Amino acid sequence: MHRETIDRIITEHRQFLDQFDHHVFVCSGLGCPRNDEIRRALERAVQTQHLQDAVLIRKVGCMGLCSAGPLVLIQPQELMYQGVQPEDAEEIIASLGKSPIQRLLLPADLAFFTRQHKNVLRLSGRIDPESLPDYLVAGGYQALLKTLATLQPPDILRSIQDSGLRGRGGAGYPTGLKWATVAKAQGSPKYLICNADEGDPGAFMDRSLLESTPHAILEGMIMAAYAVGASQGFIYIRAEYPLAVQRLKRVIRDAEQNNLLGHSICGSNLNFHIQIRLGAGAFVCGEETALIRSIEGKRGLPRPRPPYPAEKGLWGCPTLINNVETYANIPPLITHGPEWCANLGTDKSRGTKVFALTGRVRHTGLIEVPMGMRLREIVDDIGGGLTEGHTLKAVQTGGPSGGCIPAALLDTPVSYESLNELGSIMGSGGMIVIDETSSMVDIVTYFMAFCRDESCGKCTPCRVGTAQIHNLLIKFQNHRATMADLEMLEWLCDLLKNTSLCGLGQSAPNPVLSALRFFRREFLDCIATEQAHEEVKP
Amino acid sequence: MPTVTRQPIDDRRWQRIVQTMQRHNNRPDALIETLHTVQDIYGYLDSTILSAVANHLKIPPARVFGVATFYNHFSLKPKGDHTLVICTGTACHVKGNDQVLAWMHEHHHLAPGETSADNRLSLVEARCVGACALAPVILCDGVLTGRKSFEETTMVIEEWLGNAS
Repeated sequence: MHRETIDRIITEHRQFLDQFDHHVFVCSGLGCPRNDEIRRALERAVQTQHLQDAVLIRKVGCMGLCSAGPLVLIQPQELMYQGVQPEDAEEIIASLGKSPIQRLLLPADLAFFTRQHKNVLRLSGRIDPESLPDYLVAGGYQALLKTLATLQPPDILRSIQDSGLRGRGGAGYPTGLKWATVAKAQGSPKYLICNADEGDPGAFMDRSLLESTPHAILEGMIMAAYAVGASQGFIYIRAEYPLAVQRLKRVIRDAEQNNLLGHSICGSNLNFHIQIRLGAGAFVCGEETALIRSIEGKRGLPRPRPPYPAEKGLWGCPTLINNVETYANIPPLITHGPEWCANLGTDKSRGTKVFALTGRVRHTGLIEVPMGMRLREIVDDIGGGLTEGHTLKAVQTGGPSGGCIPAALLDTPVSYESLNELGSIMGSGGMIVIDETSSMVDIVTYFMAFCRDESCGKCTPCRVGTAQIHNLLIKFQNHRATMADLEMLEWLCDLLKNTSLCGLGQSAPNPVLSALRFFRREFLDCIATEQAHEEVKP
Repeated sequence: MPTVTRQPIDDRRWQRIVQTMQRHNNRPDALIETLHTVQDIYGYLDSTILSAVANHLKIPPARVFGVATFYNHFSLKPKGDHTLVICTGTACHVKGNDQVLAWMHEHHHLAPGETSADNRLSLVEARCVGACALAPVILCDGVLTGRKSFEETTMVIEEWLGNAS
């Protein structure tokens, strides 16, 4: 597609949108149940009130505050209605241009919205996820056009490196370095993979991004393909996300028909194709070498690295593999320049990060904050504090590979380094608020059961170790543990960490170690003998 | 792979499976995509079909069986008429879905992965459906219910089972 065609689509679509006095946005994500019914009810109300020429009902992506859903946003007044039901439709349409409906209105100055810094989520809940014209009018694909017309691959690599962007999948590897390695690697063809196998329980950032702004992920991938010289891309996505898969299929088809994918993209010499590959419910496939084997149609077993996928990946060819959110960061980064990302966040953790804020907090949903924000601000301000009558015990980050930050350390800034220091990890962005009703022994037993079930079985430490640790934890849960069990538990955790083949096994002990560090008392209370009381004496 | 008595494969359904394989040029890496199609059509992975897929893609049956059993999403047993999915992701766990699982076991004698003797209901445990902000979440035949107390959740299940035919 050439610039003139794009400009024409933008002009026509903007003219169409400008005809309407009011735009009513309805969330169409998984997080707002019954949203289809609500949208249909609103459309019916528009007809019965004969407002077809004045009001446009628009299906949009996630607006973030899932706990107040189903959400409806009225534009241009920026009124947000919460907990909307189909029965409210007539009243909402009748109130347009008049005074807002107080019983549904969310306060405009809610800290949940004002304290966030939206970068990759900026279009989430603002456009129809499946509409190319919507994305174009919102400035979509401009970064790609700029890249293809004015930048050479080394320019992009330099920008990404200068920005300090690090992988958003969890490990935080410098993105620029990874891209440069793939660009330099010998071998052809080169492949590009988008890791959307969000298996970490308690995390839904990737689902929401793919459901809300799928075109933005494609744009990031196409720019990456141009930078590293890849000709074929794959999106490896969980089969548990049917809506995201359906939308991706649709936008890939639209992109192909509009020359944004395929041969000579936008008249340049870039050829790039994208295929979707469905995961099939194996957590280990989030590990890059396991994921690659799965795309090859095999069991998802990891292999030792090096060689890294950047040199020998899919079918032995150089392969760039990044997380969904990492790709989503690319278009704004190229549009605004590397300094913009570098100026946000901390020295070593730059830019913004999307989190799925859930658990015992008042406002749950999807948030985006600059790195370096203190956990306290996230829980108390954005999250609105704990649900009535409960007190904070810990914040869990990184899922089954992460750990718990106790309430006393809530002033910790959210960055790769500070979370690592506390024995947790940034992870992909799950953030679960835990109150006094949850037992830490119970939570780590839960995570270990997960790791035991998800261990692929290839290496012994992980296969046997996760089962043994789980058995020990069950003894703690049943108050039948001994001091020897506690010693064995710590020894096994250390063993797993240091001898497992891949990240799953190496990080599986993290929740246990972190709980032992901050909530040791709870484990000691589960020890049946007198010995427990010996250890706590000075 | 266990030996099976070969039953004739329904032509029309087999054609849809062949289409998936052809879309990937019948390459071995089409296997997982093909298994998804088989499960979409039949509701589970039938062993006769698995043998036919192995033949078509020129993959050893052992590898097909290995892949089919490695991934949790694939089922080698037929599902019941209705499916109840209970999410046991972290947020749902913290908010009490383990109680709902225990309740299902006590009142409906079903553990995750099992189907009732009359083939009416299958119980599935999901490791996070990604609707954590609505925790605790259950899906009755794909319809999501969330943000309910334990008592309300069990009532939703009973009501759904009562209405479902």
